Amino acid sequence: MARRTRGEELRRYPGFRALTFACMFFLYAPMVVIAVYSFNAIRSITVWGGFSVSWYLKAFSNPAIQKAAMNSLIVASTAATVATVFATCGALALARGRPLRGQEAAFGLINLPLMVPEIISAVASLLFFVAVGIPLGLGSIMLAHIVFCIPFAYLPISARLEGIEAYYEEAARDLYADRWKAFRYVLMPLLMPGVISGFILAFIISLDDFIITNFVAGPGATTLPLAIYGMVRTGFTPEINAISTLMLLISVSFVSLSYLIGRRQKGF
Amino acid sequence: MTRAEAGLKEVIGPQERRELRIRRILLLPSLLVIGFGLVLPIGIVVVYSFLRPGTYGGVIWDFTFSAYIQFLFERDLFDNTLTFQTAYLEIYLRSFLQAVAATIGAFMLGFPAAYFIATRPLATRTMWVFLITVPYWVNLLIRTISMLFIIRDEGPLNYLLIWLGIVETPVRIAYTDFAVGLALIYSYLPFMVLPIYAAIERFDFRLMEAAYDLYANRWTILREIILPLAKPGIIAGSLLVFIPSLGSFLAPDILGGGKNLMIGNMIALQFQGSRNWPFGSAAAVILMGVVLIALMIFVRQQLRQRVRTN
Amino acid sequence: MTNQGLGVAKTAIAVVGVTKVYGVGSGAVTALDDVSLEIRDNEFFTLLGPSGCGKTTLLRGIAGFEELTEGRILLFGEDIGPLPPNKRPVNTVFQQYALFPHMSVAQNVGFGLRMLGRDRSEIEATVQRTLDLVKLGALAGRRPTQLSGGQQQRVALARALATQPRVLLLDEPLSALDLKLRQEMRVELKQLQQETGITFVFVTHDQEEALTMSDRIAVMSDGKVQQVGGAQDIYDQPVNHFVADFIGETNFLDVEIEDIAGDRAHCRSRAGLALEAEAPEGARPGARVSVSVRPEKIGIGAGGDGADAVVERLTYLGTDTHYQVRVGDETLLVRVQNAHGRRSHFDVGARVALTFDPDAARILAD
Repeated sequence: MARRTRGEELRRYPGFRALTFACMFFLYAPMVVIAVYSFNAIRSITVWGGFSVSWYLKAFSNPAIQKAAMNSLIVASTAATVATVFATCGALALARGRPLRGQEAAFGLINLPLMVPEIISAVASLLFFVAVGIPLGLGSIMLAHIVFCIPFAYLPISARLEGIEAYYEEAARDLYADRWKAFRYVLMPLLMPGVISGFILAFIISLDDFIITNFVAGPGATTLPLAIYGMVRTGFTPEINAISTLMLLISVSFVSLSYLIGRRQKGF
Repeated sequence: MTRAEAGLKEVIGPQERRELRIRRILLLPSLLVIGFGLVLPIGIVVVYSFLRPGTYGGVIWDFTFSAYIQFLFERDLFDNTLTFQTAYLEIYLRSFLQAVAATIGAFMLGFPAAYFIATRPLATRTMWVFLITVPYWVNLLIRTISMLFIIRDEGPLNYLLIWLGIVETPVRIAYTDFAVGLALIYSYLPFMVLPIYAAIERFDFRLMEAAYDLYANRWTILREIILPLAKPGIIAGSLLVFIPSLGSFLAPDILGGGKNLMIGNMIALQFQGSRNWPFGSAAAVILMGVVLIALMIFVRQQLRQRVRTN
Repeated sequence: MTNQGLGVAKTAIAVVGVTKVYGVGSGAVTALDDVSLEIRDNEFFTLLGPSGCGKTTLLRGIAGFEELTEGRILLFGEDIGPLPPNKRPVNTVFQQYALFPHMSVAQNVGFGLRMLGRDRSEIEATVQRTLDLVKLGALAGRRPTQLSGGQQQRVALARALATQPRVLLLDEPLSALDLKLRQEMRVELKQLQQETGITFVFVTHDQEEALTMSDRIAVMSDGKVQQVGGAQDIYDQPVNHFVADFIGETNFLDVEIEDIAGDRAHCRSRAGLALEAEAPEGARPGARVSVSVRPEKIGIGAGGDGADAVVERLTYLGTDTHYQVRVGDETLLVRVQNAHGRRSHFDVGARVALTFDPDAARILAD
C-alpha cells in the first residue's frame, strides 16, 4: 500500500474502512446470493449442481406468472404514460417563468405521494375506490399507480427543463413561431431526454410496487410482485429466485438507463 | 425620481397574462389527480375513522369515537364496561422501538460509511455513492425476500454456520424481532448514508489539520467538530429511515412471521382479515399524526439551521 | 450617414415615453425611465451604456420579449405593443447566439422561413444565399456545436437575416469573441448593414465599438437616455457628466461664468484658469457650472502665454505622452502626441504653460 500523506493519515479513523465494506457486503450479499442460487441446476442450498437457466424457463412457462407479468407490463406502461404526460405539463407550468400564485403549494402537492407512508396511501386508495364505487381490478391498480408515478416522472423532467435556457424559445418566437410551434419544434426536442428518463423511472416504480397494488387489486388482477409474494408464502422455490433475480436486473438496468438518458448533453 | 419611486408598479401585460393562464391550465391535471387520488382519499380515511364498522366490512354512517376508544379500551360484551387494554398500544410501541432501533442501527453502520466515502478522492467518491444507491433501486419486496432467503433455518447462512462448526443445529434468526430490525436497516440504509455524506463532503478537511494542533485526539475531533457538522445530515437521514420503518409492512410481514405485528400489518389486517374499517382508519390516522410530528420537528430544525446560516 | 440631401428620413422605430418597472413597493426597479427616441430607417443605431443601464431591456421591448409598463413603441408608424414577438417583423441576434443545438446550420437559418410557411425550394435557396452573405456557405450541414465561436456568431446573424426583417436587433453579439475577431466582425457588420439597407439596432457597452460602427448613438444610464447623436457630436459635445466621462477621458472643472459675449461664455475656474465655451441657453453671468475639457485639446508649452502649471506625473506611451499637471489645487490630464520629437518633453516638476483650444471646454447640463 502506498504511504499515506499526512492529510490522509489525520483523516483516517480505524475501523471505518472495514465498516464501509461491511455495509456494502450487507447491502449486496442477499441479492447476489439469490442470483447465484437461481442458476443452480439442483434445487439445493448445500450442493451446486452446475449452471442452468432451467428455473427461469420453468418460471416463465407458468401461466400464472405469464399472466402476472403481462398485467404488470400493461399497468406499468399505461400508468407511466399518463403520469409522464401529466408530469410534463406540470413541469412546464412550474419550472419556468414568473412564479405562479401558490407555486410552492402546488409543488408540495405534486410531491405529496413521496412523503406519505405507503401503507396510508394504500388504505386511502382502497377506501376511495370503494366509496366512489370504482370496481377493484386492473383499472383500479392503474389509477392508483398514476398517482404515485407522477412525482417520479416529474423529477427528471423538471431537472432537464431547468437546464434549458429561456433564449431558445425566445429565438424561436422571434423567428415567427407561435407558442405551440416554439414548443413543438424547439422546446420539446430539447426536453425529450428528460421526458424519456421520467417515463422509464415511472415505469419501473409502477412495476416494482407491492403495497398499494396489494390493497387495490381485485380478484384475478395479479401483478408480478403480488404473484411473487403469494409464492413466497408457501415456501421458497428456485423459480422464485429466478423471477426475483430477473426483476432485480430489470430494476437496476432501467434506473441506470433513466439516469444516463437524462444526462445527455444538449449537443445531441 | 424614477418612475418606480413615483409609485409606478409592475404591470403584467396581455402576453404574459396569456402565458400565465396556459401554465395554470397545464398544472391542473397533475393537481387534480393527486388531489382526488391522495388528498381526498386521506380525507375519507379520517372520516371513516369516526364511523361504525359494517358486518362484512364497509362502514355504517353513524358518527362515533368507538374506533379510537377501541384502541385503548376493551368493551365487555356483557356489562358494557370499558377496561384498559394494551394490545394495540404494544403494537405501536413495538413499531416505535423497531423504527428507533433500525434508525440507530442504520446510523452505526451508515455514519462511518458516509465519512469514509466523503474522504475518498473525487473519482472513486462518485463510484462509491453510485454503489450505495443501486440496492435501493431494487424492488423492496425482492430485497425483503432475499433477506429471508438467507437467514431462514434452511438458508445459506445457517448452512454456513453449521459447516463452519459454529453451531450444530440451525439458529432461529428469521421470524424474530431481530430479523425485522435487520430487514428495516437493509431497506433504508442508503437513506442514512447519503444525507450524512452530503453534509460531511462540504467540510474543509484542512480545518481538521489545524484542529490537530489544538486537540490531540482524533476521537475528540470526531465528537467536537465532525459530528456537529454532520448533524443536519444525520437528522435528515434519521427521518428518512424512521418514518418508512414506522409504517413498514413488508419487513414485519415477511420476516416477522405474523406474530410480531407492527402498525403496517395491524392496519392491513383490518382491511383484509378482521374487516374493521373504522378501526383500521383510526390506526392509520394515528400513524399519520406521528409522522406529521416527526416532519414538523424536521422542518423546525431546518428553519433554525437556515436562520443560523443567515 | 443620414440622407440629409434627400429630405426627411423615414422613422423606422419610435420609442415614446417607454417605462419598464419590475416589482412592487420598496424593491421596485425602474429598468427604463420614460425613454423616448427615434431610430431612422436604414441607419446603424447603437444603444450604448454600462450594464444595468436598460439598453438590453429596451432592445427586448422592441423585440417583444418585455412588455412595457408605460409608453409605446411604433414600427414605421404602427404601434407594435400589442403584438407578440412572432408577429413583429424584427429579428434578434442574441448575445449567446441561441442556436438550436438539435438542428443543423441550414435548419437553423431556415427556421424563420419555415415558420412563415415558405415552400422548401425557396427556403433552400434563401438559406444558401444568406449563408454565402455571411461567408459560411460551406457549413450548411454542420451542427452548431461543431462550429467555432465566430462561426456560430455568423450563423446567428444569418438566421436573423434570412427572413429579411425591416429591423435587425443585435444584443452585444461580439462580446464573446476575441479581440481580432471582434474587430473583423465590426467591419463586416457595418458593411452588411450598408449592403442590405436593413435598420440595425446594436446594443453594446464598448464605446469603441459604438464609435466605430454607428451612424448615431444613444448613450444610456440608469434607465434613461442621456444623449443621442453621431459619434463626433457625442464626443465633442457631451451634454452631461455621465456622457463626458463614459466616452473617452475628460477633465471636469467647476467654473463660474464671468461674462457672456454673444454665444460665448467666459469662465474662470477655482484656481483661476480662464476658459471659453459655447454659452448654453439661459446662461447668466455669475452662474456656477461644470465644464468638461478633453485632454487632447489642452496645449502644453515651456512658457509664454497660458496658465501656469506644474507637471506632477507623466506617462510615456509611445504615440502619446500623458501629463498630469497641477494648477493651484486642481489637477488636469493633458494628452500630447509625440510627433514633435523630444522638444516637447517635460519632466516631473517642470513649470509649464497650458493653452486651451477654443472648443476645448464644454459646459455640462448637470
